[in-house]
Amino acid sequence: MTVPETLEFFVDPGRCIGCQSCVQACAECDTHKGQSMIQLDYLDRAHSTQTVPVVCMHCESPTCAEVCPADAIKRTEDGVVQTARKPRCIACNNCVLACPFGVPKMSTRVNLMMKCDMCYDRTSVGLKPMCASVCPSQALAFATRAEMARLRPGARPVNAFQFGAQTIRTKVNMMVPDEPSCEIVDVTSAMFEPTIGHDILDTVFEGDENEHE
Amino acid sequence: MSREVLRAIVWGLLVTAVLGALILLGSRNLAHFDAALVSYTFAILFATFGLTYRYSMWLSRPPTAMYWRRGWQAFFRRGLRLQNVGRWFSRVVLDIFGNRFIFRRDRLRGLTHLLIMWGCIIAVAITFPLVFGWLHFRPVVGDLSRYEAVLFGFAAFRFPHDSVVAFFLFHGLVWASILVIAGVMLAMRRRMRDEGAEALQRFAEDFMPLILLFAVSVTGLMLTASYTWMKGYGYTFISLLHAITVIATFIWLPFGKFFHIFQRPAQLGVSFYKDLGRAEEPALCRRCGHAFTSRRHVEDLIEVERQLGYRYEVDDGRVEHYQWICPPCRRASFAMAQGLAWRGQRGGGPLATPERPLPMPVHANSGLGEGPLDEEDAENFHP
Repeated sequence: MTVPETLEFFVDPGRCIGCQSCVQACAECDTHKGQSMIQLDYLDRAHSTQTVPVVCMHCESPTCAEVCPADAIKRTEDGVVQTARKPRCIACNNCVLACPFGVPKMSTRVNLMMKCDMCYDRTSVGLKPMCASVCPSQALAFATRAEMARLRPGARPVNAFQFGAQTIRTKVNMMVPDEPSCEIVDVTSAMFEPTIGHDILDTVFEGDENEHE
Repeated sequence: MSREVLRAIVWGLLVTAVLGALILLGSRNLAHFDAALVSYTFAILFATFGLTYRYSMWLSRPPTAMYWRRGWQAFFRRGLRLQNVGRWFSRVVLDIFGNRFIFRRDRLRGLTHLLIMWGCIIAVAITFPLVFGWLHFRPVVGDLSRYEAVLFGFAAFRFPHDSVVAFFLFHGLVWASILVIAGVMLAMRRRMRDEGAEALQRFAEDFMPLILLFAVSVTGLMLTASYTWMKGYGYTFISLLHAITVIATFIWLPFGKFFHIFQRPAQLGVSFYKDLGRAEEPALCRRCGHAFTSRRHVEDLIEVERQLGYRYEVDDGRVEHYQWICPPCRRASFAMAQGLAWRGQRGGGPLATPERPLPMPVHANSGLGEGPLDEEDAENFHP
């Protein structure tokens, strides 16, 4: 069983509405029953509604696997970086700290790293991963490239990310504007960027303060 | 031939030679060596070479070498040695011999592993000394109702041959087989019923070891059945079959899943490294300023990544290396990067004002099973 080549994972954090459907659905996955592997964060809770759902990007050269002293993280022939092999993982936390996307979770109590494995039980038989099957805004989508091109005119997928001097290529794609300048997503250059939103709430609060004055 | 391979071969030959010498010594120059078991001896010698070779190659990987060194340094840290010895005993008993962490994963899995593990330990503890000629039994001169156990050429203890002790001792491998078969049955049941396991398991990695253990145990029991109840019917054939299964298991030992038996104790080194890290200076995220692990761990990872050929150095004095960024800030940066790419094309705009501090990512839902998995993970997420 392998993930069909025509089907790919596309993430578009800009479309995320923070509904947490993916978080709930993820916990249903048979490979990590009861635990959600989705990392869903509010970036600046007090001022912005911006949220980011992060799934494993399944790097072509996974840093998590390379820095694993126990050789517990394996990549399948079809490019899925699997969660730690239970007999081997020694819970050193190297993978959690080294993953450039901040994906793995660590349970020291049971001596095991756990992470998204793209619902391998589902995707390997051509089904959508749990998160993509429930995401109402399709910030997390599992489809063919042709479907994505039809549904997202003006956008295209890229799978190259820059972290300082290191370029990482992934199996999972991110949707960026369909422009020649967007060949690679430079993560470190955006590190100190502000969150995105509308200053509506700030205006409301400022108005209140003025009224009290 | 690379230096690592050469070193692994030398270590393999050295350890195998030491075991060979111990066999000569313990069997008093092969005087008590059972020639019928010579094929087992050579299978174990081969496995010893293979295991040492693989262990040495494993230790030469940059992250393993780093943790190996740091684990020992943490254990022998001045002022902590006595405390570490106490912790070592407690962790060996609870986690290694008691399988505490596997029981916490799942009680049935814990029981499964405990049965297989103790079955194998008992079997190895009985058969290895017998095969090497380190242990043999002889009648006591002048008292034929008693046996004497001879260990490494020295008389160890005596017992009546029709006693309960003798019954349990001489049937040790039967008890071991029963434990292993029960464990294998439970493991097979899970592998055939659990959809998660079904998706991830592979024949060579997950089924082969179970099949081998089952074959060894069943053929071993068949030997006992043959000489106890069947007047030795088919004994030669069964003993040959048993030898084949045991030798296949030993040859498989260095290559497959069984290697985890030798890798697993590394978790002890990790625990001492983490103990030390918690007592020392924390690493502070260079984006949000929060502590997220030990400074030592980040510095060691930077070195490991450099050795592996990764170049996460950042040309920004505030960051220097991407490893100084905590996991939540990495996820935030991932979203910011996409936002930056879409700036001016999608709705919304940058919200920062000079007075506002840097956005502090928080997990959306830290409910049961949805947020950090435990204390250390909470540190990974943010204190």
